Amino acid sequence: MNSTNKPRKTPQETQAIVERSLSRRYWAERRFRLYGLAAVTAGMLFLVYLFFVIFSNGMGAFRQTQVRLPVYFDPAIIAPEGQRDIESLRAADYPALIRAALKAKFPEVEGRAATRELTRLISGSASFDLQQMVVGDPGIIGTTEEIWLLGSDAVDLMAKGRVERDVPEDQRPLSDTQMGYFDKLESEGALALKFNANFLTGGDSREPEKAGIWGAVVGSFYTLVLTLLLSFPIGVATAVYLEEFAVRNRWTDLIEVNINNLAAVPSIVFGLLGLAVFIGFFGLPRSAPLVGALVLTLLTLPTIIIASRAALKAVPPSIREAALGMGASKIQTVAHHVLPLAMPGMLTGTIIGMARALGESAPLLMIGMVAFIVDIPQGFTDAATALPVQVFLWSDSPERGFMEKTSGAIIVLLAFLVVMNTAAVILRKRFERRW
Amino acid sequence: MESAVQVERAGINLKPGGRVSDDTALQTPVEAGKTVGIIAVDDPIFSCRDVDVFYGEKHAIKKVGIDIARNQVLAMIGPSGCGKSTFLRCLNRMNDTIAGARVEGKILLDGKDIHDKRRDVVQLRARVGMVFQKPNPFPKSIYENVAYGPRIHGLAGDRVELDEIVHGSLQRAGLWEEVKDRLQQPGTSLSGGQQQRLCIARTIAVNPEVILMDEPCSALDPIATARIEDLMEELRQSYAIVIVTHSMQQAARVSQRTAYFHLGDLIEVGETDRIFTNPRHKLTEDYITGRFG
Ligand SMILES: Nc1ncnc2c1ncn2[C@@H]1O[C@H](COP(=O)(O)OP(=O)(O)OP(=O)(O)O)[C@@H](O)[C@H]1O
Ligand SMILES: [Mg+2]
Repeated sequence: MNSTNKPRKTPQETQAIVERSLSRRYWAERRFRLYGLAAVTAGMLFLVYLFFVIFSNGMGAFRQTQVRLPVYFDPAIIAPEGQRDIESLRAADYPALIRAALKAKFPEVEGRAATRELTRLISGSASFDLQQMVVGDPGIIGTTEEIWLLGSDAVDLMAKGRVERDVPEDQRPLSDTQMGYFDKLESEGALALKFNANFLTGGDSREPEKAGIWGAVVGSFYTLVLTLLLSFPIGVATAVYLEEFAVRNRWTDLIEVNINNLAAVPSIVFGLLGLAVFIGFFGLPRSAPLVGALVLTLLTLPTIIIASRAALKAVPPSIREAALGMGASKIQTVAHHVLPLAMPGMLTGTIIGMARALGESAPLLMIGMVAFIVDIPQGFTDAATALPVQVFLWSDSPERGFMEKTSGAIIVLLAFLVVMNTAAVILRKRFERRW
Repeated sequence: MESAVQVERAGINLKPGGRVSDDTALQTPVEAGKTVGIIAVDDPIFSCRDVDVFYGEKHAIKKVGIDIARNQVLAMIGPSGCGKSTFLRCLNRMNDTIAGARVEGKILLDGKDIHDKRRDVVQLRARVGMVFQKPNPFPKSIYENVAYGPRIHGLAGDRVELDEIVHGSLQRAGLWEEVKDRLQQPGTSLSGGQQQRLCIARTIAVNPEVILMDEPCSALDPIATARIEDLMEELRQSYAIVIVTHSMQQAARVSQRTAYFHLGDLIEVGETDRIFTNPRHKLTEDYITGRFG
């Protein structure tokens, strides 16, 4: 009956052959595991290094040097005529208060140039804080208070040891004379690194010691919330339509190819498109989270659609058959059975898309979200910037003080990302528990 | 009892070419549309004529004509891949859901074409329930599995009524005792046989007029099988049942009529007793005597 002339192998012979190949198979398996382990280790090392660099650079942004001075709220300077109305209190010469306080601390300083050098120890924005104090409580006028004033970025750099003090004078932010003042303040304990709440709650500023991230956080938040609200329903609806309802023909093929192409388009192109269409044609406001969200929606839609379609494809057809066989309509089948099963996959795709949107800066540059904006945005149409753009702006600034702010902003960006992903994981878990 | 005249009475326009032949001699040739035995019955619930099914180019069902009687179990037997499931799926238009599948010919439910544009497929499937070859419970709780049909069709007025339907359906499917304490657990956590009975409970929960069962007992032990067979006997009093089975004994036990399919052709139809004792077609005889292949 056997068509081949070769005699069949006995079971013993077969066993011997299998045994000989065994060690080779095990070795291949071990080698593969080793490769995997090496790849993971390398990846982890890079990650640890990255985090180390970012955190060692950026933690400084959360602490700022402050200088303690006894400030005399001199009625002669603030309100020479004894007036107490807000307007004139606001308009008073607060830098003069700081000058006077500094002079009281360093009585030996004489002359205008020397005074100017002395006042450079204190941030230009410190007078603003004094103004706030006085406006908030006019009763303070006429008293003397020990106040921690914001040090200038130069003092901050020296205090944090970012610049060695024995480098030549012209490479130091503080001159030798200023170093003298600095040392005196330090020895008196009037110089301290304090938690920099302003970095988390303030808007952008030209002065590094005053610059805060909150404006960019709020801008990113508005942009992302709107992006999510737009891209998730549109993306899921598109995926459901294409996967469950559309008949396969040349048109749907064309749409499918184009969605895949869109996913590969460089993000800056979406920015240009947004500039031309949303701002140029529809006349939406420049620099607004609204436009940013529209552009980022275009950017994330392909990702969400592709992931959602994959999730829908992975739902076993038997579930659809079961529901249809029970007399469920198409839309009931999808809503009751298919969508709940596909939801975790869809959420994963959405999170990948949103993470990408959070990190995008190029398209936002195109629509003007790169402007220098001090005010915290109050709505979707206010001028705003976003976290990655803020990172870009600060990294581009000449002042050395912005260096640690850049890393600080990256830390905030990462924290934002972690919060977002955690929320997604929790959501996923909730959906997955429904078997 | 069966006669060609009754075909006319059933209101079906039989084209000449006579699918109905009553020769007593064993026949061997296979010709599309030439079925041995009497395909027509009195007052059928389903009446199929010249049904063709194509999967793309593949001609899976060829000119099949058969009537399905009320209050009877029709067994469909035949070798694997002969088109039993395909034909079964025509009856509730489940083939609509397969891309590339095309169904031609006449299928009348209570005298009305199920492919009629005005005919609602959702309503059709509520009237013609189906139990699939592979158990496919919803990934929801046992309770929800059974309650789903009544819920979407609005069969229960309140929670109490719904509970009653669920209880009754599980009881009739012979599953109640095993699951009464774990109704909130996922249906997928049941064993294969339990899952299949859950699917049966789910189907009878919507009170269909016809129940299509595609090898419902292939994953069941003899005890559960016996229970399902009892259930079929009980359901037959009020419904029509079509069952696909690979077990000749089962076909003989539960059915009143049997249809033998072979490579997309309906070879022979007749009363079950007659088919198993006196098959008229060579292929039928080979198959039931185990000489097939
Ligand atoms: N979705 C499909 N696409 C293409 N061909 C199909 C499809 N479903 C079934 N077929 C083909 O149609 C023929 C009939 O299949 P069907 O499932 O009806 O067989 P069956 O009689 O139910 O077999 P079994 O007893 O093994 O379940 C087979 O040749 C099969 O390959
Ligand atoms: Mg089958």
